[in-house]
Amino acid sequence: MANQTFGDRFLGVAIYAFLSVVLLVVIYPLIYVISASISDPVPVINGSMWLFPAGFNLTGYAKIFQNQEVLIGYRNTIVYTVLGTAINLVMTVMAAYPLSRKDFSGRGVITGILVFTMFFSGGLIPTYLLIKNLHMINTVWALILPGAVSVYNIIIMRTFFQTGIPGELQEAAAIDGCGNLQTLWRIVLPLSMPILAVMVLFYSVGHWNSYFNALIYLSERGKFPLQLFLREILIKGEMDEMLQGGGTMIGQDQQLLEAETVKYAMVVVANLPIFLLYPFLQKYFVKGVMIGAIKG
Amino acid sequence: MRSLRKNWDLYLLIAPVMMYILLFHYVPMYGLQIAFKNFTAVKGIWGSPWVGLDHFERFFNSFYFWRLIKNTLGISLYELVVGFPAPLLLALMINEVSSRRFRKVVQTVTYAPHFLSTVVLVGMVLMFLSPQKGVINHLIQLLGGHSIPFMTEPEWFKTIYVFSGVWQSAGWGSIIYLAALTGIDPGLHEAAIIDGASRLRRIWHINLPSIMPTVVILLILNLGNIMGVGFEKIYLMQNNLNKESSDVIATYVYQSGILGAQYSFSAAVGLFNSLVNFVLLVMVNAVARKVNETSLW
Repeated sequence: MANQTFGDRFLGVAIYAFLSVVLLVVIYPLIYVISASISDPVPVINGSMWLFPAGFNLTGYAKIFQNQEVLIGYRNTIVYTVLGTAINLVMTVMAAYPLSRKDFSGRGVITGILVFTMFFSGGLIPTYLLIKNLHMINTVWALILPGAVSVYNIIIMRTFFQTGIPGELQEAAAIDGCGNLQTLWRIVLPLSMPILAVMVLFYSVGHWNSYFNALIYLSERGKFPLQLFLREILIKGEMDEMLQGGGTMIGQDQQLLEAETVKYAMVVVANLPIFLLYPFLQKYFVKGVMIGAIKG
Repeated sequence: MRSLRKNWDLYLLIAPVMMYILLFHYVPMYGLQIAFKNFTAVKGIWGSPWVGLDHFERFFNSFYFWRLIKNTLGISLYELVVGFPAPLLLALMINEVSSRRFRKVVQTVTYAPHFLSTVVLVGMVLMFLSPQKGVINHLIQLLGGHSIPFMTEPEWFKTIYVFSGVWQSAGWGSIIYLAALTGIDPGLHEAAIIDGASRLRRIWHINLPSIMPTVVILLILNLGNIMGVGFEKIYLMQNNLNKESSDVIATYVYQSGILGAQYSFSAAVGLFNSLVNFVLLVMVNAVARKVNETSLW
């Protein structure tokens, strides 16, 4: 690349410039939220804080940890995420392993039955009636069972089993007297740790962030996941304010100021586990997307 | 038969999953027949009386029908035009970056918003766009403009929806294209350089064609889902003042079905929606197979 033409060099510079702008646009809101959560609320509201916190104030965080409901939501979300992910993982392996075996006859038909559900579904109302008939309203199961397994993830996992684990190894194990289940447990799974990690991450981030099932199936506040409380704090309040047209003079009322900081702090607290895990997440998620891309 | 005897334990392994799929995915499809019935909880799905296409007719003739179609298609097409090329463009650019560090920084940062929940994303949008407190309106005022009530003006709704979506997912969407780009044989580029091809020409004639299959597959999936605007984000962004441009089929089904308990009617609306999607998907797939020899199945 020693003698690039002027055009090539110009293109290179333009790309760097453009990506730098993209970088700023993406990162600015994230930094702003963190800054606003620890800043004195007055400059945030009147617009004199642009990037770095003005002053230092942890009232928002203090308020959150005094809020019983937020703590309940946090606890519920942890329970739902752990339980849900465990069920997801077991079911995904149970379907993916047989489908990865060439000597498993009927796998074409079974795959077809599974894949069809990706493109056509009964939709919201029949699913809701089913959950209701099964008496799962206001139970954990309404959150976990409707999405207990993702067909897309089954296919990713099957592809990994087929391409990432030598078939000879499994045949050798069979000759040595290993049954199918023993082969899966002793040979295939230990070699599949990367993809299992991907699955745990795919599913658990999904559970952590979801609110839809909780919205339609739960009415008891004590069972609400974090996202539903978040919705009340972040969205309902803000919408009401906008619809009223903002007659209140902001900056006067102490309570209003606190409510503002709480919102920003809430965003940080809700995403804390994911932010902390982000370095791992990124590595494994990317891997998962790549495997998915091979046989999408 | 021999497979059944030898691999009985594999069938046993997959059986619970299949039973689950039947119960939670195929039973609701069977339950869709309530779209042609007058469902009452007492009589159940099976015992409720048939009414033919009454619910569909009521929907097609309702005041909301054209508004819902217009908004659903409008948001999807807007998203397709703006949101679909964004990750592609981003991937092509990231691929040109030779500094490993810069590349890593761009990727790390642009993937991050993908992990925010819809509630948090919409919460952030509301905070940033607030007429009195939002940083965007502070900027507009600083530049001498008047504060804009973004969330309560219907004409802004689709733009906010689409661009916040680009902000959240363009980076993530670029991964799949980057994966395809790394598979390109470097020899192609070397040969093109010797022939005097400029960088832009190489991107156009080598990089773009080699990720075309991926582009086509994703385009098929997107086109097949053009009536399938998701519920979650729209519902959170919706309010009484922007409803005329934010009401879509999914939110309508939720409102009339779950909140209004008109099960049969909303099941009919939902069925109409999924049928259109399914037919579109099959059609687009067939066209793609003819034109491009790439298809889903």
